[in-house]
Amino acid sequence: MRIETENLSYVYSQSSKALAVHALSGVSLTIEEGDFFGIIGHTGSGKSTFVQHLNGLIKIGKNCGGIKIGEYDLADKKCDFKSLRAKVGMVFQYPEQQLFAETVREDVAFGLRNFNKDISEQEIESRVRESIELVGLNYDRIKNKSPFELSGGQKRRVAIAGVIVTRPEILVLDEPAAGLDPVGKREFLSLLKRLHKSFVRTIILVSHDMNIVSENCTRAAIFSGGKVLSVGTPKEIFSDHEKLKSLGLDVPVTAYLEKALKTVGIDTDSDLTVDGFIDAYLNQCAEVDE
Amino acid sequence: MKDVAFGQYYPAESFVHKMDARVKILAVIAYMVAVFLVKSVPYQFLGFAACLLFVMIATAVAKVPFLRVLKSIKAILFFVVLSAVLQLFFNTSGTLVFEWKFIKIYNGGLLNAAFIIARITLIVLGASILTLTTSPVEIADGIESLLYPLKWIKFPVHEFALIMSIALRFIPTLLDETDRIIKAQKARGADFESGNIFKRAKALIPVLIPLLISSFRRADELADAMDARCYSGSKCRTKYKKMKLTWRDLIGTLVIGGLITGVVLLNNSGLLAVVI
Repeated sequence: MRIETENLSYVYSQSSKALAVHALSGVSLTIEEGDFFGIIGHTGSGKSTFVQHLNGLIKIGKNCGGIKIGEYDLADKKCDFKSLRAKVGMVFQYPEQQLFAETVREDVAFGLRNFNKDISEQEIESRVRESIELVGLNYDRIKNKSPFELSGGQKRRVAIAGVIVTRPEILVLDEPAAGLDPVGKREFLSLLKRLHKSFVRTIILVSHDMNIVSENCTRAAIFSGGKVLSVGTPKEIFSDHEKLKSLGLDVPVTAYLEKALKTVGIDTDSDLTVDGFIDAYLNQCAEVDE
Repeated sequence: MKDVAFGQYYPAESFVHKMDARVKILAVIAYMVAVFLVKSVPYQFLGFAACLLFVMIATAVAKVPFLRVLKSIKAILFFVVLSAVLQLFFNTSGTLVFEWKFIKIYNGGLLNAAFIIARITLIVLGASILTLTTSPVEIADGIESLLYPLKWIKFPVHEFALIMSIALRFIPTLLDETDRIIKAQKARGADFESGNIFKRAKALIPVLIPLLISSFRRADELADAMDARCYSGSKCRTKYKKMKLTWRDLIGTLVIGGLITGVVLLNNSGLLAVVI
């Protein structure tokens, strides 16, 4: 499903003028099906507010623009948000804090039971198994454990399994790698890539880690002060170092290296992924040698 | 969820804001006594008028918009209306003034309903001036200081005050967290708005359990952090803000004393006549 937002605005505490905060002002953005889309911006830039619009957790106000996701028109009062939420999965920051059920199996099945009132136990069993295995855990070993006796990384995986159990076509993740150690982070990102090859068609990743964005995203947008500053491939949006720095943002390590190498006459011009950069660098070196 | 206003402190620089929290707490208690002293006969409304006048003057001196003070009634509106309606329909003293089918209203009921409305409203208005002009922390400090004499009977005054201020401190944090968990469960299809009361109560379980768990975690972390800094309670502990009585507190005390005297005089018309 394609996501199209037009002139989207949102104001917190609209009732009182003194406290009103313009979280979003005129965001127009198109995210194509199949994108691994990054959303970057520092704290308070409106990125979390934006993604919470995508499954109707924040409703669009009057004269505040519109969102269309596939067939759904979110500005429409009659929009079926429940079925939309089954198709647009949302993983919040520290998702392990949403765990509540007695067993891992029941927690993962929570969303499934909510969205399909008359689903059979067999269907639940197979869907829960599918999603727990997708996040890289052993279903038979943990299904009857309490979610609270798992390790931090496992909890997070179970929480994500609880979101993807409805087979969402779009998966939105808000800072999903926060608080993970380097190995956990790497495993987590390979999990996202694996998901992107399954029923999840589109992934939207909110992050302020530029390396994660350049490494994984096909396209990305930079948010600042509730507006979209630029949209494009990581290569395009990370081209202007000075501008990013003035916004309090960083660029990926690979972008720094490219810039430094350029000053000594090596023009790598890679896609800014680590592998892409190394390949381009080796090629350049080989050419210089010849 | 964010709109849940807890503590309605209205920051301003005013005479009332600068008064000592202890004096303000005692003054509010004295004011409530004054409101309760107003007798239902014969000058009752004059007594209430005196209290209302006091509230209005205090509001003006505190530089708080009067509308903000009035807003506090909203929370107890149901309670006020209920008690007034009960008086209207079930008080059968006095003479019959209105009759329609089974509804009979006596003038005693009418009078009592008005009396109760005036009494509750005035009490809430007065109390809201305290909460509007005194921050929760100041109130907690004030209560601690007022409870100090209880130390003689081994009551842990300082710990009690600490519990209060920690609770106050964590209310906004917990509200934020509740908001986030509600959203996360809504994204998983949880439905908090439909169904009967039992269904709705059951729907809250996925919110309450994570909230409870994180509260325990927070409490543990806070306890560790306090331990790590060798926090040891009240012994030899100094305060950043020392409470001091000033001329403002003297004036405030005199005014509230005047109010009580006035109400007592109005209650005993004989006394009033003597004074005049």
